Amino acid sequence: MKEVKKQGGLNAEIQSRIGHQLRAMYDDVVRQGVPDRFAELIRKLDGPAEAAAQAGGNTDKNNGGS
Amino acid sequence: MPLTNELRDDILASVPSLRAFAISLSGNGDRADDLVQETLLRAIANIDSFQVGSNLPAWLFTILRNLFRSDYRKRRREVEDAEGNYAKTLKTQPAQNAHLEFEEFRVALEKLPQDQREALILVGASGFSYEDAAAICGCAVGTIKSRVNRARSKLSALLYVDGAEDFGPDNTVRAVIGGNGG
Repeated sequence: MKEVKKQGGLNAEIQSRIGHQLRAMYDDVVRQGVPDRFAELIRKLDGPAEAAAQAGGNTDKNNGGS
Repeated sequence: MPLTNELRDDILASVPSLRAFAISLSGNGDRADDLVQETLLRAIANIDSFQVGSNLPAWLFTILRNLFRSDYRKRRREVEDAEGNYAKTLKTQPAQNAHLEFEEFRVALEKLPQDQREALILVGASGFSYEDAAAICGCAVGTIKSRVNRARSKLSALLYVDGAEDFGPDNTVRAVIGGNGG
């Protein structure tokens, strides 16, 4: 059902402009793809133990255990 | 599940949208990439707890969002250098007018309360369902819906209502979303 519904009294045109701008901003970053540093990181990690050792290297440990 | 090559590929495929989410949340490109890196390390460290067949992007977004929030509690967002850093993360510079409008939008987004901003981004840009967004944020679906609506109202007040600044965006938003029929 495609009823054009006013949300909180906002008109549909403004809603669609906001949606468009939000996605434009977001997609600008998505289009940059995967930076090399992350591709290397994922490929070279042997597994959980090594990742755990590196995690929190420059921040406090806040993993809390899951 | 174990860290298979297939899972590595799936995690990598989520990196672009994780970065976009991190930048939208933090407004700071350098900080965002640190968040993404930490997210990837935590994800792999806890990969055994990931359920086969469940939603990998949602799981990764949850980790990033929780890291961002725990970090936020420790040190307030560095709003002052956000603008410059954000611009640097863009490879292609949009044309002047578009850039201005874009910048205005980003600044308005920064003004939203964190709960509303993340809900709007998850639903409006990342393309998650309300249900997934609720799971990521650890709240009810109805809460996400109302946060998204409030975020949209506030953005439209900030961006499109003439003179909204003059009498204060909060009042404007209250008037827009009010319906406070007593």
